[in-house]
Amino acid sequence: MKRRTLLATGAGAALAAAMGMPARAQDKTKVGFIYVGPINDGGWTQHHHHSAMEMVEHFGDAVEFVYQESVPEGPDAERAITQMALGGADIIFTTSFGFMDPTVNVATNFPDVKFEHATGYKQADNVSVYSARFYEGRAIQGTLAGRVTTTNKIGYIASVPIPEVIRGINSAYIHAKKVNPDVEFKIIWIFEWLNPAKEADAAKALIEQGCDVVLQHTDSTAPHQAAREAGGVYTFGQAADMAEYGPMPRISSIIDNWAPYYIDRVQAVIDGTWSSVNTWDGISTGMVGIGEISDVVPAEVKAEAEAMRDAIAAGEYHPFTGPINKQDGSPWLAEGETASDGDLASMFFYVEGVEGDIPS
Amino acid sequence: MLRLEKRPQPSRAWTYGAPVLAVILTIIFGMGLFAILGKDPLIAIKTIFWDPIFGPFAHFYRPEIVKKAAPLVLIAVGLSFGFRAGIWNIGAEGQYIIGAICGAGVALAFYPMEARWLIFPLMIVVGLVGGLLWAMIPAILRVVFKTNEILVSLMLVYVAEVLIKAFSIGLLRNPEGFGMPGSRNLRQYPSAANLDLIPNTGFHWGALAALMAVVAAYILFTRHQFGFNVRLAGQSPRAAGFAGVNANRLVILCMGISGALAGLAGLFEVAGPSGQILGSFPAFYGFTAIIVAFLGRLHPVGILFAGLIMALTYIGGQAAEAQLNLPAAAILTFQGMLLFCLLAVDVLTNYRFKFGQREAR
Repeated sequence: MKRRTLLATGAGAALAAAMGMPARAQDKTKVGFIYVGPINDGGWTQHHHHSAMEMVEHFGDAVEFVYQESVPEGPDAERAITQMALGGADIIFTTSFGFMDPTVNVATNFPDVKFEHATGYKQADNVSVYSARFYEGRAIQGTLAGRVTTTNKIGYIASVPIPEVIRGINSAYIHAKKVNPDVEFKIIWIFEWLNPAKEADAAKALIEQGCDVVLQHTDSTAPHQAAREAGGVYTFGQAADMAEYGPMPRISSIIDNWAPYYIDRVQAVIDGTWSSVNTWDGISTGMVGIGEISDVVPAEVKAEAEAMRDAIAAGEYHPFTGPINKQDGSPWLAEGETASDGDLASMFFYVEGVEGDIPS
Repeated sequence: MLRLEKRPQPSRAWTYGAPVLAVILTIIFGMGLFAILGKDPLIAIKTIFWDPIFGPFAHFYRPEIVKKAAPLVLIAVGLSFGFRAGIWNIGAEGQYIIGAICGAGVALAFYPMEARWLIFPLMIVVGLVGGLLWAMIPAILRVVFKTNEILVSLMLVYVAEVLIKAFSIGLLRNPEGFGMPGSRNLRQYPSAANLDLIPNTGFHWGALAALMAVVAAYILFTRHQFGFNVRLAGQSPRAAGFAGVNANRLVILCMGISGALAGLAGLFEVAGPSGQILGSFPAFYGFTAIIVAFLGRLHPVGILFAGLIMALTYIGGQAAEAQLNLPAAAILTFQGMLLFCLLAVDVLTNYRFKFGQREAR
């Protein structure tokens, strides 16, 4: 309590910083999480929360865990984060892109609290950013989709037009096309991350248009349900394994696993070695997990996909390796050239062959 | 036997007493709710109602309450005109959003020019007009085609929500935002920022506007013919007709006032606390303001207090979520109880309890 009161004033903050480390070593480390959705949303937030709980289990009594769910992006977020900092949190994870500016704003007021913002790009002395290379998983999905489709039409339920989603579409398309030159993608944007009703409608519309593989960048299981009802349609789990829909329609999945990162970062705070970093991890560290490929996929296709997974994990293969042209035919990557992280982070174009326009 | 008997006149004492009793009842029921959730009810109530004003971090929470109350009061004062006259603008949320889009649009059109004397006043005017015009749609449809303004104004909220999403990824998207949705942050644009008039009080231009609206509404209601017409139309439309009140003009005026004030609230919010045009900008202020208007008895001063109390439940509720790990839904339930209790207690204004048998006729 005394420390909190001290922290409340500017002078107190400086004082606490000066004598902070030894005092903190005796304290429990207080770890806070700010979530954009409810902790049982079945997708994005639930996975962050699961990973956070794994982190808490790992440290046991050494950490005190607080969280706030369903925090709207905007001014409420800034208050929620400030509250948590005032409440004595040592490190605060803010797990949605929309928390970026609020996190950075609060961080300037609390120089001795560590902040970790997911999926953003604004770093500061006490603000790290972290994200996952989900496009690596999309490459494997694209390969599987291109192989299993018989109608050569692949549906894609896209969420919000931001670079991450566009990267996913491009990565899946490139790899589907590579194994099956006849594929075409049909993309439906629903402009939300989680909306079971809209997702189901989108899946049904895609299936009616002849798609027999439906990829999704949305978080609910509704598309799997629609695919199961239609029969003969393949799907992939998103964020969660969604194994309950296997072996058909769900034939594999991309799993978000933040636990190793959270354990790592909290350990750094406990050890006093925390520093601001920009982390973008993929399959190699396990941040992006590839769910078990079910047996309805032919064995040689499964082996092909697993080989790609291992090559990506080993750093031998980059999903965006040239030659790749942009949608308008202009060259992007030359033969053998791989995409820079900067290009990937701001990707806002389709690659050649994808039909339609990015909504704006 | 306990029974209800209609009062010959609404009770004056209960008109003012009911909201207070409703708040007390909400606290009692809320304590039950928190106890069921396994939290210490006294600590929960203290966290919600006491700590934000008098607790150790009050210096942080008090400005937050002002920031939260400002748009609620501003919108609710506007709504009170229509509600008194029996004109139901349910779509203040939409007018609030459109005001924000219009005001922010003006600011972003001038970016990065620095001319606060020109840009900020222009934003205020355009934000106000934007909200006003959005409210004119249901108003004119009602006057000309006799449509139901409740439905039309409500539906237009959904249209406005789609519009702000479209603008946040389209026309107003921040060109330096790495392709992410959302406009530039107006708070970081000195010519457009709606900052605290007195630093660290939360008292920004929107709060000033809210106070001015309260005073203006008070004068209109007590001293002006228009306020009389509004009240008359609400209590007895026929009498109002005989008194020469033009019903159509009243609809246009009441909808216009509420739309303009909601638009203003949106503009001040987007230029200040929120800062950005974003799909998540709508924060239900337009709907919450309806509760505030009724909690405040449609009286400007009452609305001022109701807005502050509502803001307190938001701020304190969030604090309780964070500090006691209460689920978000529990706070929503708690706020819902407030309206529910108010409606229930309202019975006392028009009825009284009587013991014993009904008297023989």
